[in-house]
Amino acid sequence: MGVSQAIARKGEFRGGAVSAKSLFERESSLGVILMLPGALLLMVFMAYPFFLGIWLSLTDSGIGRPGEFIGLRNFVDLLDDSIFHQTTRNTFIYALVTVPFKAALGLGLALVLNNRMRFSSPVRAAVMMPWIVPTALSTLGWFMIFDPVFSPISWLLKNLGLISKNINFLGDPTLAISSVCLANIWRGTPFFGIIILAGLQAVPAELQEAAAIDGAGMWHRFLHVTVPHIKGVVLIAGLLSIIWTFADFQLIYVLTKGGPANQTHIFGTYAYQIGLSATEIGVGAAIALYMFPILAVFAIILLVYLRREE
Amino acid sequence: MVGSEGLSNRLLNIYLPLVFYVVFLLFPFYWMTIVSVKPTNDLFEMKYNPFWIQKFTLENYRYLFENTAFPEWVKNTLIVSVVSTIVSLGCSVLIGYALARLRFPGSNFLGVGIFLAYLVPPTLLFLPLAQVIAKLGLYNTYWALILTYPTQLIPFASWLLMGYFRTIPKEIEESAMADGCSRLQILVRMILPLSIPGLLSAGIFSFTLCWNEFLYALIFMSSGSMKTIPVGVVSDMIKADTLFWGSLMASAVLGSFPIAFLYSFFVKHYISGLTAGAVKG
Repeated sequence: MGVSQAIARKGEFRGGAVSAKSLFERESSLGVILMLPGALLLMVFMAYPFFLGIWLSLTDSGIGRPGEFIGLRNFVDLLDDSIFHQTTRNTFIYALVTVPFKAALGLGLALVLNNRMRFSSPVRAAVMMPWIVPTALSTLGWFMIFDPVFSPISWLLKNLGLISKNINFLGDPTLAISSVCLANIWRGTPFFGIIILAGLQAVPAELQEAAAIDGAGMWHRFLHVTVPHIKGVVLIAGLLSIIWTFADFQLIYVLTKGGPANQTHIFGTYAYQIGLSATEIGVGAAIALYMFPILAVFAIILLVYLRREE
Repeated sequence: MVGSEGLSNRLLNIYLPLVFYVVFLLFPFYWMTIVSVKPTNDLFEMKYNPFWIQKFTLENYRYLFENTAFPEWVKNTLIVSVVSTIVSLGCSVLIGYALARLRFPGSNFLGVGIFLAYLVPPTLLFLPLAQVIAKLGLYNTYWALILTYPTQLIPFASWLLMGYFRTIPKEIEESAMADGCSRLQILVRMILPLSIPGLLSAGIFSFTLCWNEFLYALIFMSSGSMKTIPVGVVSDMIKADTLFWGSLMASAVLGSFPIAFLYSFFVKHYISGLTAGAVKG
Protein backbone atom coordinates (compact mmCIF):
# COMPACT_ATOMS: atom_id res chain seq x y z
CA MET A 1 0.00 0.00 0.00
CA GLY A 2 2.89 2.28 0.78
CA VAL A 3 4.04 1.95 -2.83
CA SER A 4 0.82 3.17 -4.35
CA GLN A 5 0.81 6.08 -1.95
CA ALA A 6 4.30 6.93 -3.01
CA ILE A 7 3.30 6.75 -6.66
CA ALA A 8 0.31 8.95 -5.99
CA ARG A 9 2.54 11.51 -4.31
CA LYS A 10 5.06 11.39 -7.12
CA GLY A 11 2.23 12.09 -9.56
CA GLU A 12 1.44 15.32 -7.79
CA PHE A 13 4.54 16.85 -9.25
CA ARG A 14 3.49 16.13 -12.82
CA GLY A 15 0.73 18.49 -13.82
CA GLY A 16 -1.22 16.34 -16.35
CA ALA A 17 -1.01 13.13 -14.41
CA VAL A 18 -2.45 14.78 -11.33
CA SER A 19 -5.62 16.02 -12.99
CA ALA A 20 -6.23 12.70 -14.77
CA LYS A 21 -5.67 10.82 -11.58
CA SER A 22 -7.78 13.07 -9.42
CA LEU A 23 -10.55 12.69 -12.00
CA PHE A 24 -10.60 9.01 -11.08
CA GLU A 25 -10.34 9.70 -7.36
CA ARG A 26 -12.99 12.33 -6.77
CA GLU A 27 -16.36 10.73 -6.20
CA SER A 28 -18.24 13.24 -8.28
CA SER A 29 -16.13 12.79 -11.41
CA LEU A 30 -15.47 9.07 -10.99
CA GLY A 31 -19.20 8.40 -10.74
CA VAL A 32 -19.84 10.11 -14.04
CA ILE A 33 -16.92 8.31 -15.71
CA LEU A 34 -18.15 4.91 -14.56
CA MET A 35 -21.64 5.60 -15.88
CA LEU A 36 -20.32 6.59 -19.32
CA PRO A 37 -19.86 3.32 -21.28
CA GLY A 38 -23.29 1.93 -20.38
CA ALA A 39 -25.00 5.29 -20.63
CA LEU A 40 -23.52 5.81 -24.10
CA LEU A 41 -24.94 2.51 -25.35
CA LEU A 42 -28.32 3.30 -23.82
CA MET A 43 -28.32 6.76 -25.39
CA VAL A 44 -27.42 5.63 -28.90
CA PHE A 45 -29.49 2.44 -29.05
CA MET A 46 -32.39 3.22 -26.75
CA ALA A 47 -32.93 6.93 -26.04
CA TYR A 48 -32.11 8.17 -29.53
CA PRO A 49 -34.30 5.56 -31.31
CA PHE A 50 -37.10 6.47 -28.93
CA PHE A 51 -37.06 10.10 -30.04
CA LEU A 52 -36.42 9.11 -33.65
CA GLY A 53 -39.55 6.96 -33.38
CA ILE A 54 -41.57 9.96 -32.25
CA TRP A 55 -40.27 11.92 -35.22
CA LEU A 56 -40.98 9.06 -37.66
CA SER A 57 -44.52 8.72 -36.36
CA LEU A 58 -45.09 12.34 -37.37
CA THR A 59 -43.94 11.74 -40.96
CA ASP A 60 -45.08 9.69 -43.94
CA SER A 61 -41.74 7.82 -44.07
CA GLY A 62 -41.42 4.53 -45.89
CA ILE A 63 -38.46 2.19 -46.21
CA GLY A 64 -35.77 4.00 -48.21
CA ARG A 65 -38.03 7.03 -48.58
CA PRO A 66 -37.41 9.94 -46.23
CA GLY A 67 -40.78 11.24 -45.14
CA GLU A 68 -42.24 14.65 -44.75
CA PHE A 69 -43.72 16.06 -41.59
CA ILE A 70 -47.47 15.42 -41.52
CA GLY A 71 -48.26 16.21 -37.90
CA LEU A 72 -50.52 13.81 -36.07
CA ARG A 73 -52.13 12.40 -39.21
CA ASN A 74 -50.83 8.84 -38.65
CA PHE A 75 -52.28 8.80 -35.16
CA VAL A 76 -55.60 10.25 -36.30
CA ASP A 77 -55.86 7.89 -39.28
CA LEU A 78 -55.28 4.90 -37.01
CA LEU A 79 -58.34 5.86 -34.98
CA ASP A 80 -60.40 5.14 -38.10
CA ASP A 81 -58.61 1.88 -38.86
CA SER A 82 -60.79 -1.09 -37.92
CA ILE A 83 -57.78 -3.43 -37.78
CA PHE A 84 -56.17 -1.06 -35.29
CA HIS A 85 -59.33 -1.19 -33.17
CA GLN A 86 -59.20 -4.97 -33.30
CA THR A 87 -55.49 -4.87 -32.41
CA THR A 88 -56.15 -2.66 -29.38
CA ARG A 89 -58.91 -4.95 -28.17
CA ASN A 90 -56.72 -8.02 -28.67
CA THR A 91 -53.78 -6.48 -26.83
CA PHE A 92 -55.90 -5.66 -23.80
CA ILE A 93 -57.42 -9.13 -23.78
CA TYR A 94 -54.00 -10.71 -24.21
CA ALA A 95 -52.38 -8.71 -21.41
CA LEU A 96 -55.20 -8.32 -18.91
CA VAL A 97 -56.86 -11.74 -19.20
CA THR A 98 -53.70 -13.81 -19.06
CA VAL A 99 -52.16 -12.07 -16.03
CA PRO A 100 -54.81 -13.13 -13.46
CA PHE A 101 -54.53 -16.72 -14.72
CA LYS A 102 -50.75 -16.62 -14.50
CA ALA A 103 -50.92 -15.12 -11.01
CA ALA A 104 -53.48 -17.65 -9.75
CA LEU A 105 -51.74 -20.65 -11.30
CA GLY A 106 -48.38 -19.31 -10.11
CA LEU A 107 -49.71 -18.93 -6.58
CA GLY A 108 -50.99 -22.51 -6.63
CA LEU A 109 -47.64 -23.71 -7.97
CA ALA A 110 -45.75 -21.81 -5.27
CA LEU A 111 -47.98 -23.18 -2.49
CA VAL A 112 -47.45 -26.72 -3.76
CA LEU A 113 -43.68 -26.30 -4.12
CA ASN A 114 -43.41 -24.74 -0.67
CA ASN A 115 -44.22 -28.11 0.93
CA ARG A 116 -41.49 -30.42 2.03
CA MET A 117 -41.38 -33.36 -0.35
CA ARG A 118 -39.06 -35.75 -2.07
CA PHE A 119 -37.23 -34.59 -5.21
CA SER A 120 -38.23 -31.01 -4.52
CA SER A 121 -35.18 -29.42 -6.15
CA PRO A 122 -35.37 -31.25 -9.50
CA VAL A 123 -39.13 -30.64 -9.58
CA ARG A 124 -38.64 -26.92 -8.89
CA ALA A 125 -36.01 -26.74 -11.59
CA ALA A 126 -38.14 -28.60 -14.13
CA VAL A 127 -41.32 -26.57 -13.77
CA MET A 128 -39.36 -23.37 -14.43
CA MET A 129 -38.44 -24.52 -17.94
CA PRO A 130 -41.27 -22.75 -19.81
CA TRP A 131 -39.93 -19.43 -18.54
CA ILE A 132 -36.26 -20.23 -19.19
CA VAL A 133 -36.00 -21.76 -22.66
CA PRO A 134 -36.24 -19.62 -25.82
CA THR A 135 -39.89 -18.64 -26.21
CA ALA A 136 -39.81 -18.76 -29.99
CA LEU A 137 -38.72 -22.40 -29.81
CA SER A 138 -41.07 -23.62 -27.09
CA THR A 139 -43.87 -21.82 -28.94
CA LEU A 140 -43.11 -24.14 -31.87
CA GLY A 141 -44.15 -26.98 -29.58
CA TRP A 142 -47.48 -25.21 -29.06
CA PHE A 143 -47.64 -24.56 -32.79
CA MET A 144 -47.79 -28.31 -33.29
CA ILE A 145 -50.04 -28.94 -30.29
CA PHE A 146 -52.47 -26.49 -31.93
CA ASP A 147 -52.07 -27.95 -35.43
CA PRO A 148 -55.37 -28.77 -37.17
CA VAL A 149 -54.10 -32.21 -38.23
CA PHE A 150 -51.46 -33.30 -35.72
CA SER A 151 -52.80 -31.84 -32.48
CA PRO A 152 -52.45 -34.35 -29.63
CA ILE A 153 -55.33 -32.59 -27.83
CA SER A 154 -57.66 -33.24 -30.77
CA TRP A 155 -56.44 -36.85 -30.95
CA LEU A 156 -57.13 -37.40 -27.27
CA LEU A 157 -60.58 -35.80 -27.31
CA LYS A 158 -61.50 -37.71 -30.47
CA ASN A 159 -60.45 -41.02 -28.96
CA LEU A 160 -62.42 -40.22 -25.82
CA GLY A 161 -65.40 -39.65 -28.08
CA LEU A 162 -65.84 -36.04 -26.98
CA ILE A 163 -65.39 -34.49 -30.42
CA SER A 164 -65.81 -35.85 -33.91
CA LYS A 165 -63.69 -33.36 -35.86
CA ASN A 166 -60.24 -31.97 -35.09
CA ILE A 167 -60.20 -28.59 -33.36
CA ASN A 168 -58.76 -25.73 -35.42
CA PHE A 169 -57.11 -23.95 -32.52
CA LEU A 170 -55.31 -21.26 -34.50
CA GLY A 171 -57.39 -21.13 -37.67
CA ASP A 172 -60.76 -20.52 -36.04
CA PRO A 173 -61.19 -16.75 -35.57
CA THR A 174 -63.01 -17.02 -32.24
CA LEU A 175 -60.73 -19.72 -30.85
CA ALA A 176 -57.38 -18.26 -31.94
CA ILE A 177 -57.11 -15.57 -29.25
CA SER A 178 -57.85 -18.15 -26.52
CA SER A 179 -55.19 -20.43 -27.93
CA VAL A 180 -52.47 -17.78 -27.93
CA CYS A 181 -53.54 -16.76 -24.41
CA LEU A 182 -53.18 -20.37 -23.26
CA ALA A 183 -49.62 -20.55 -24.61
CA ASN A 184 -48.83 -17.24 -22.89
CA ILE A 185 -50.27 -18.45 -19.57
CA TRP A 186 -48.15 -21.57 -19.88
CA ARG A 187 -45.04 -19.50 -20.42
CA GLY A 188 -45.69 -16.98 -17.63
CA THR A 189 -46.97 -19.23 -14.83
CA PRO A 190 -43.50 -20.33 -13.65
CA PHE A 191 -42.39 -16.69 -13.35
CA PHE A 192 -45.17 -15.98 -10.86
CA GLY A 193 -44.58 -19.36 -9.23
CA ILE A 194 -40.93 -18.75 -8.48
CA ILE A 195 -41.38 -15.15 -7.34
CA ILE A 196 -44.27 -16.04 -5.04
CA LEU A 197 -42.32 -19.04 -3.74
CA ALA A 198 -39.50 -16.70 -2.75
CA GLY A 199 -42.09 -14.54 -0.98
CA LEU A 200 -43.54 -17.58 0.82
CA GLN A 201 -40.14 -18.61 2.04
CA ALA A 202 -39.74 -15.20 3.63
CA VAL A 203 -42.82 -15.84 5.83
CA PRO A 204 -41.43 -16.63 9.30
CA ALA A 205 -42.24 -20.23 10.23
CA GLU A 206 -42.97 -19.17 13.84
CA LEU A 207 -45.85 -17.03 12.61
CA GLN A 208 -47.46 -19.99 10.85
CA GLU A 209 -46.90 -22.20 13.87
CA ALA A 210 -48.25 -19.63 16.29
CA ALA A 211 -51.38 -19.24 14.18
CA ALA A 212 -51.78 -23.02 14.02
CA ILE A 213 -51.46 -23.33 17.81
CA ASP A 214 -54.10 -20.62 18.16
CA GLY A 215 -56.36 -22.96 16.23
CA ALA A 216 -56.40 -21.07 12.95
CA GLY A 217 -57.43 -23.33 10.08
CA MET A 218 -55.46 -23.67 6.86
CA TRP A 219 -57.62 -21.18 4.97
CA HIS A 220 -57.54 -18.68 7.84
CA ARG A 221 -53.77 -18.95 8.13
CA PHE A 222 -53.41 -18.48 4.39
CA LEU A 223 -55.56 -15.34 4.43
CA HIS A 224 -54.13 -13.67 7.52
CA VAL A 225 -50.52 -14.84 7.65
CA THR A 226 -49.48 -15.76 4.11
CA VAL A 227 -51.35 -13.23 1.98
CA PRO A 228 -50.05 -10.10 3.74
CA HIS A 229 -46.51 -11.39 3.24
CA ILE A 230 -46.78 -12.07 -0.48
CA LYS A 231 -49.08 -9.21 -1.53
CA GLY A 232 -46.12 -7.04 -2.51
CA VAL A 233 -44.33 -9.57 -4.69
CA VAL A 234 -47.54 -10.56 -6.44
CA LEU A 235 -48.20 -6.92 -7.26
CA ILE A 236 -44.68 -6.39 -8.62
CA ALA A 237 -44.74 -9.60 -10.65
CA GLY A 238 -48.19 -8.69 -11.93
CA LEU A 239 -47.14 -5.23 -13.11
CA LEU A 240 -44.00 -6.57 -14.79
CA SER A 241 -46.04 -9.29 -16.45
CA ILE A 242 -48.65 -6.83 -17.74
CA ILE A 243 -45.91 -4.64 -19.23
CA TRP A 244 -44.14 -7.58 -20.90
CA THR A 245 -47.30 -9.21 -22.17
CA PHE A 246 -48.65 -5.93 -23.46
CA ALA A 247 -45.48 -5.41 -25.49
CA ASP A 248 -45.10 -9.05 -26.56
CA PHE A 249 -44.24 -10.03 -30.09
CA GLN A 250 -42.66 -13.43 -30.62
CA LEU A 251 -45.33 -15.74 -29.25
CA ILE A 252 -47.99 -14.29 -31.56
CA TYR A 253 -45.58 -13.99 -34.47
CA VAL A 254 -44.70 -17.67 -34.28
CA LEU A 255 -48.24 -18.96 -33.74
CA THR A 256 -50.45 -16.83 -35.99
CA LYS A 257 -48.58 -13.72 -37.27
CA GLY A 258 -51.72 -11.86 -36.13
CA GLY A 259 -54.23 -13.95 -38.07
CA PRO A 260 -56.72 -15.36 -38.77
CA ALA A 261 -58.39 -12.20 -40.08
CA ASN A 262 -56.35 -10.05 -37.63
CA GLN A 263 -58.01 -11.75 -34.66
CA THR A 264 -54.75 -12.12 -32.76
CA HIS A 265 -52.86 -8.99 -33.82
CA ILE A 266 -51.35 -7.10 -30.91
CA PHE A 267 -49.53 -3.76 -31.05
CA GLY A 268 -46.14 -5.37 -31.62
CA THR A 269 -47.17 -7.64 -34.48
CA TYR A 270 -49.33 -5.00 -36.16
CA ALA A 271 -46.54 -2.42 -35.97
CA TYR A 272 -44.23 -5.02 -37.54
CA GLN A 273 -46.67 -5.80 -40.32
CA ILE A 274 -47.41 -2.19 -41.20
CA GLY A 275 -43.93 -0.81 -40.52
CA LEU A 276 -41.80 -3.49 -42.17
CA SER A 277 -43.92 -5.82 -44.30
CA ALA A 278 -46.02 -2.96 -45.70
CA THR A 279 -43.04 -0.54 -45.41
CA GLU A 280 -45.14 2.24 -43.87
CA ILE A 281 -42.57 3.11 -41.22
CA GLY A 282 -44.35 6.28 -40.09
CA VAL A 283 -47.63 4.48 -39.44
CA GLY A 284 -45.82 1.53 -37.83
CA ALA A 285 -43.98 3.89 -35.48
CA ALA A 286 -47.31 5.49 -34.56
CA ILE A 287 -48.82 2.07 -33.75
CA ALA A 288 -45.88 1.24 -31.50
CA LEU A 289 -46.12 4.64 -29.80
CA TYR A 290 -49.76 4.07 -28.94
CA MET A 291 -48.38 1.52 -26.47
CA PHE A 292 -46.32 4.15 -24.73
CA PRO A 293 -48.89 5.93 -22.53
CA ILE A 294 -50.32 2.60 -21.38
CA LEU A 295 -46.89 1.17 -20.57
CA ALA A 296 -45.95 4.42 -18.86
CA VAL A 297 -48.95 4.20 -16.53
CA PHE A 298 -47.98 0.70 -15.38
CA ALA A 299 -44.30 1.65 -15.13
CA ILE A 300 -45.13 4.66 -12.95
CA ILE A 301 -47.36 2.59 -10.66
CA LEU A 302 -44.49 0.12 -10.28
CA LEU A 303 -41.94 2.87 -9.64
CA VAL A 304 -44.10 4.64 -7.06
CA TYR A 305 -44.81 1.37 -5.27
CA LEU A 306 -41.12 0.39 -5.14
CA ARG A 307 -40.10 3.85 -3.89
CA ARG A 308 -42.72 3.73 -1.15
CA GLU A 309 -41.47 0.32 -0.07
CA GLU A 310 -37.95 1.66 0.27
CA MET B 1 -55.26 -43.66 11.69
CA VAL B 2 -53.84 -40.17 11.94
CA GLY B 3 -50.96 -41.15 9.68
CA SER B 4 -53.16 -42.45 6.86
CA GLU B 5 -55.39 -39.41 7.08
CA GLY B 6 -52.28 -37.22 6.78
CA LEU B 7 -51.20 -39.18 3.72
CA SER B 8 -54.51 -38.83 1.90
CA ASN B 9 -54.52 -35.14 2.77
CA ARG B 10 -51.04 -34.75 1.33
CA LEU B 11 -52.11 -36.68 -1.74
CA LEU B 12 -55.06 -34.35 -2.29
CA ASN B 13 -53.36 -31.07 -1.39
CA ILE B 14 -49.87 -31.61 -2.74
CA TYR B 15 -49.34 -34.51 -5.08
CA LEU B 16 -52.51 -34.18 -7.13
CA PRO B 17 -51.95 -30.49 -7.93
CA LEU B 18 -48.27 -31.24 -8.46
CA VAL B 19 -49.11 -33.82 -11.12
CA PHE B 20 -51.34 -31.26 -12.83
CA TYR B 21 -48.55 -28.67 -12.87
CA VAL B 22 -45.88 -31.09 -14.07
CA VAL B 23 -48.10 -32.32 -16.92
CA PHE B 24 -49.24 -28.81 -17.90
CA LEU B 25 -45.79 -27.20 -17.75
CA LEU B 26 -43.71 -30.03 -19.18
CA PHE B 27 -46.00 -31.63 -21.75
CA PRO B 28 -44.95 -29.32 -24.63
CA PHE B 29 -41.31 -30.32 -24.07
CA TYR B 30 -42.23 -33.99 -23.92
CA TRP B 31 -44.20 -33.61 -27.12
CA MET B 32 -41.42 -31.78 -28.96
CA THR B 33 -38.90 -34.39 -27.90
CA ILE B 34 -40.89 -37.47 -28.94
CA VAL B 35 -41.87 -35.94 -32.30
CA SER B 36 -38.22 -35.14 -32.94
CA VAL B 37 -37.20 -38.81 -32.66
CA LYS B 38 -40.03 -40.28 -34.77
CA PRO B 39 -39.83 -41.06 -38.49
CA THR B 40 -42.02 -38.59 -40.43
CA ASN B 41 -44.26 -41.37 -41.77
CA ASP B 42 -45.22 -42.45 -38.26
CA LEU B 43 -46.81 -39.04 -37.65
CA PHE B 44 -49.32 -39.64 -40.41
CA GLU B 45 -50.23 -43.08 -39.10
CA MET B 46 -53.38 -42.17 -37.22
CA LYS B 47 -53.77 -45.60 -35.65
CA TYR B 48 -50.51 -45.10 -33.71
CA ASN B 49 -50.74 -43.59 -30.27
CA PRO B 50 -49.12 -40.16 -30.84
CA PHE B 51 -48.05 -39.91 -27.20
CA TRP B 52 -45.57 -42.71 -27.59
CA ILE B 53 -42.69 -43.66 -29.89
CA GLN B 54 -43.19 -46.62 -32.21
CA LYS B 55 -39.86 -46.41 -33.98
CA PHE B 56 -36.90 -44.42 -32.68
CA THR B 57 -34.76 -42.47 -35.15
CA LEU B 58 -32.17 -39.69 -35.10
CA GLU B 59 -32.80 -39.01 -38.79
CA ASN B 60 -34.37 -35.60 -38.02
CA TYR B 61 -31.26 -34.48 -36.16
CA ARG B 62 -28.99 -35.71 -38.94
CA TYR B 63 -31.09 -33.77 -41.44
CA LEU B 64 -30.68 -30.64 -39.35
CA PHE B 65 -26.91 -30.78 -39.49
CA GLU B 66 -26.58 -31.88 -43.12
CA ASN B 67 -29.35 -30.01 -44.91
CA THR B 68 -29.90 -26.78 -43.00
CA ALA B 69 -27.83 -23.85 -41.77
CA PHE B 70 -28.43 -24.91 -38.17
CA PRO B 71 -24.70 -25.26 -37.31
CA GLU B 72 -24.12 -21.68 -38.52
CA TRP B 73 -27.05 -20.42 -36.45
CA VAL B 74 -25.49 -22.06 -33.39
CA LYS B 75 -22.18 -20.33 -34.09
CA ASN B 76 -23.87 -16.93 -34.59
CA THR B 77 -25.96 -17.25 -31.45
CA LEU B 78 -22.94 -18.27 -29.41
CA ILE B 79 -20.75 -15.39 -30.62
CA VAL B 80 -23.45 -12.77 -30.15
CA SER B 81 -24.51 -14.06 -26.74
CA VAL B 82 -21.00 -14.33 -25.31
CA VAL B 83 -19.82 -10.93 -26.53
CA SER B 84 -22.99 -9.03 -25.56
CA THR B 85 -22.92 -10.66 -22.15
CA ILE B 86 -19.33 -9.54 -21.59
CA VAL B 87 -20.06 -6.00 -22.81
CA SER B 88 -23.17 -5.78 -20.64
CA LEU B 89 -21.47 -7.14 -17.54
CA GLY B 90 -18.57 -4.72 -17.96
CA CYS B 91 -20.87 -1.71 -18.26
CA SER B 92 -23.13 -2.95 -15.48
CA VAL B 93 -20.33 -3.49 -12.96
CA LEU B 94 -19.27 0.13 -13.41
CA ILE B 95 -22.82 1.48 -13.26
CA GLY B 96 -23.76 -0.74 -10.34
CA TYR B 97 -20.71 0.35 -8.36
CA ALA B 98 -21.21 4.03 -9.14
CA LEU B 99 -24.88 3.93 -8.10
CA ALA B 100 -24.23 1.82 -5.02
CA ARG B 101 -21.24 3.65 -3.61
CA LEU B 102 -20.54 7.04 -5.14
CA ARG B 103 -22.34 10.31 -4.67
CA PHE B 104 -22.19 12.34 -7.85
CA PRO B 105 -24.38 14.92 -9.53
CA GLY B 106 -27.44 13.32 -11.13
CA SER B 107 -26.95 9.91 -9.54
CA ASN B 108 -30.53 9.70 -8.28
CA PHE B 109 -31.93 10.73 -11.61
CA LEU B 110 -29.70 8.23 -13.44
CA GLY B 111 -30.75 5.44 -11.08
CA VAL B 112 -34.40 6.00 -11.91
CA GLY B 113 -33.52 6.32 -15.60
CA ILE B 114 -31.79 2.92 -15.56
CA PHE B 115 -34.80 1.36 -13.86
CA LEU B 116 -37.15 2.82 -16.45
CA ALA B 117 -34.88 1.55 -19.25
CA TYR B 118 -35.52 -1.94 -17.84
CA LEU B 119 -39.20 -1.46 -18.66
CA VAL B 120 -38.73 -0.24 -22.25
CA PRO B 121 -39.76 -3.14 -24.50
CA PRO B 122 -38.07 -3.86 -27.85
CA THR B 123 -41.43 -3.59 -29.63
CA LEU B 124 -41.48 0.12 -28.82
CA LEU B 125 -38.11 0.74 -30.47
CA PHE B 126 -37.55 -1.74 -33.27
CA LEU B 127 -38.70 0.44 -36.21
CA PRO B 128 -36.53 3.49 -35.51
CA LEU B 129 -33.72 1.25 -34.26
CA ALA B 130 -33.73 -0.56 -37.60
CA GLN B 131 -33.02 2.81 -39.24
CA VAL B 132 -30.16 3.52 -36.83
CA ILE B 133 -28.65 0.10 -37.57
CA ALA B 134 -29.02 0.70 -41.31
CA LYS B 135 -27.40 4.16 -41.11
CA LEU B 136 -24.45 2.74 -39.19
CA GLY B 137 -24.09 0.02 -41.85
CA LEU B 138 -24.50 -2.76 -39.29
CA TYR B 139 -27.18 -4.85 -41.02
CA ASN B 140 -26.32 -8.55 -41.06
CA THR B 141 -23.27 -8.06 -38.89
CA TYR B 142 -22.76 -9.38 -35.37
CA TRP B 143 -22.38 -5.78 -34.21
CA ALA B 144 -26.06 -5.10 -34.87
CA LEU B 145 -26.95 -7.45 -32.01
CA ILE B 146 -23.82 -7.06 -29.88
CA LEU B 147 -24.48 -3.33 -29.56
CA THR B 148 -28.26 -3.45 -29.15
CA TYR B 149 -28.66 -6.39 -26.75
CA PRO B 150 -26.85 -4.60 -23.92
CA THR B 151 -29.64 -1.99 -23.88
CA GLN B 152 -31.95 -4.78 -22.74
CA LEU B 153 -29.39 -6.27 -20.35
CA ILE B 154 -27.58 -3.36 -18.71
CA PRO B 155 -30.59 -2.03 -16.79
CA PHE B 156 -31.36 -5.39 -15.23
CA ALA B 157 -27.74 -6.37 -14.58
CA SER B 158 -26.85 -2.95 -13.11
CA TRP B 159 -29.83 -3.10 -10.81
CA LEU B 160 -28.92 -6.60 -9.66
CA LEU B 161 -25.23 -5.79 -9.12
CA MET B 162 -26.02 -2.52 -7.36
CA GLY B 163 -28.07 -4.50 -4.84
CA TYR B 164 -25.22 -6.93 -4.47
CA PHE B 165 -22.53 -4.28 -3.97
CA ARG B 166 -24.64 -2.62 -1.29
CA THR B 167 -24.53 -5.76 0.84
CA ILE B 168 -20.73 -5.53 1.04
CA PRO B 169 -19.74 -3.68 4.23
CA LYS B 170 -18.45 -0.18 3.58
CA GLU B 171 -15.79 -0.62 6.29
CA ILE B 172 -13.81 -2.96 4.03
CA GLU B 173 -13.52 -0.20 1.48
CA GLU B 174 -12.81 2.51 3.98
CA SER B 175 -9.90 0.66 5.50
CA ALA B 176 -8.50 -0.12 2.06
CA MET B 177 -8.74 3.55 1.15
CA ALA B 178 -6.97 4.47 4.34
CA ASP B 179 -4.21 2.15 3.12
CA GLY B 180 -3.97 4.19 -0.06
CA CYS B 181 -5.94 2.03 -2.52
CA SER B 182 -7.77 3.90 -5.24
CA ARG B 183 -11.48 3.39 -5.87
CA LEU B 184 -10.82 1.38 -9.02
CA GLN B 185 -8.30 -0.85 -7.26
CA ILE B 186 -10.87 -1.51 -4.57
CA LEU B 187 -13.50 -2.35 -7.15
CA VAL B 188 -11.29 -4.80 -9.01
CA ARG B 189 -9.44 -6.39 -6.10
CA MET B 190 -12.00 -6.42 -3.33
CA ILE B 191 -15.55 -5.81 -4.51
CA LEU B 192 -15.54 -8.05 -7.58
CA PRO B 193 -14.12 -11.15 -5.86
CA LEU B 194 -16.76 -10.73 -3.15
CA SER B 195 -19.49 -10.38 -5.76
CA ILE B 196 -18.88 -13.54 -7.78
CA PRO B 197 -22.35 -14.99 -7.05
CA GLY B 198 -23.96 -11.73 -8.18
CA LEU B 199 -21.78 -11.61 -11.30
CA LEU B 200 -22.74 -15.21 -12.09
CA SER B 201 -26.44 -14.40 -11.69
CA ALA B 202 -26.20 -11.37 -13.92
CA GLY B 203 -23.99 -13.20 -16.40
CA ILE B 204 -26.07 -16.31 -16.97
CA PHE B 205 -29.23 -14.26 -17.02
CA SER B 206 -27.80 -11.97 -19.69
CA PHE B 207 -26.54 -14.93 -21.68
CA THR B 208 -29.96 -16.57 -21.58
CA LEU B 209 -31.75 -13.40 -22.66
CA CYS B 210 -29.34 -12.97 -25.60
CA TRP B 211 -29.78 -16.58 -26.65
CA ASN B 212 -33.56 -16.26 -26.51
CA GLU B 213 -33.95 -12.81 -28.10
CA PHE B 214 -36.16 -12.81 -31.15
CA LEU B 215 -37.37 -9.44 -32.49
CA TYR B 216 -34.05 -7.61 -33.02
CA ALA B 217 -32.43 -10.73 -34.45
CA LEU B 218 -35.39 -11.22 -36.79
CA ILE B 219 -35.05 -7.72 -38.22
CA PHE B 220 -31.31 -7.03 -38.12
CA MET B 221 -30.07 -10.44 -39.34
CA SER B 222 -32.07 -11.15 -42.47
CA SER B 223 -29.42 -13.09 -44.37
CA GLY B 224 -29.80 -16.86 -43.91
CA SER B 225 -26.28 -17.57 -42.74
CA MET B 226 -26.25 -14.74 -40.16
CA LYS B 227 -29.42 -15.74 -38.30
CA THR B 228 -29.56 -16.77 -34.68
CA ILE B 229 -31.14 -20.08 -33.65
CA PRO B 230 -34.65 -18.88 -32.72
CA VAL B 231 -34.97 -16.74 -35.85
CA GLY B 232 -33.38 -19.28 -38.17
CA VAL B 233 -35.61 -22.07 -36.94
CA VAL B 234 -38.81 -20.02 -37.06
CA SER B 235 -38.22 -18.36 -40.42
CA ASP B 236 -36.25 -20.95 -42.39
CA MET B 237 -37.59 -24.28 -41.11
CA ILE B 238 -41.27 -23.39 -41.58
CA LYS B 239 -41.60 -22.92 -45.30
CA ALA B 240 -43.62 -25.35 -47.29
CA ASP B 241 -47.22 -26.32 -46.73
CA THR B 242 -46.13 -29.75 -45.63
CA LEU B 243 -44.13 -29.11 -42.53
CA PHE B 244 -41.21 -31.29 -41.64
CA TRP B 245 -42.41 -31.57 -38.07
CA GLY B 246 -39.66 -33.96 -37.05
CA SER B 247 -36.76 -31.72 -37.97
CA LEU B 248 -38.64 -28.60 -36.83
CA MET B 249 -39.08 -30.12 -33.37
CA ALA B 250 -35.51 -31.40 -33.41
CA SER B 251 -34.24 -27.87 -34.03
CA ALA B 252 -36.43 -26.49 -31.23
CA VAL B 253 -35.17 -29.15 -28.83
CA LEU B 254 -31.52 -28.63 -29.76
CA GLY B 255 -31.82 -24.84 -29.64
CA SER B 256 -33.36 -24.99 -26.17
CA PHE B 257 -30.99 -27.59 -24.81
CA PRO B 258 -27.96 -25.38 -24.02
CA ILE B 259 -30.15 -23.00 -22.03
CA ALA B 260 -31.91 -25.81 -20.19
CA PHE B 261 -28.52 -27.36 -19.44
CA LEU B 262 -26.98 -24.11 -18.22
CA TYR B 263 -30.07 -23.44 -16.15
CA SER B 264 -30.08 -26.80 -14.42
CA PHE B 265 -26.47 -26.21 -13.38
CA PHE B 266 -27.12 -22.75 -11.99
CA VAL B 267 -30.73 -22.95 -10.75
CA LYS B 268 -29.91 -21.08 -7.56
CA HIS B 269 -28.27 -18.21 -9.41
CA TYR B 270 -31.13 -17.94 -11.84
CA ILE B 271 -33.68 -17.81 -9.10
CA SER B 272 -31.77 -15.31 -7.01
CA GLY B 273 -31.32 -13.20 -10.14
CA LEU B 274 -34.98 -13.43 -11.03
CA THR B 275 -36.22 -12.60 -7.56
CA ALA B 276 -33.61 -9.93 -6.85
CA GLY B 277 -35.79 -7.23 -8.28
CA ALA B 278 -39.05 -8.44 -6.82
CA VAL B 279 -38.16 -9.63 -3.35
CA LYS B 280 -35.98 -7.75 -0.98
CA GLY B 281 -33.53 -9.29 1.47
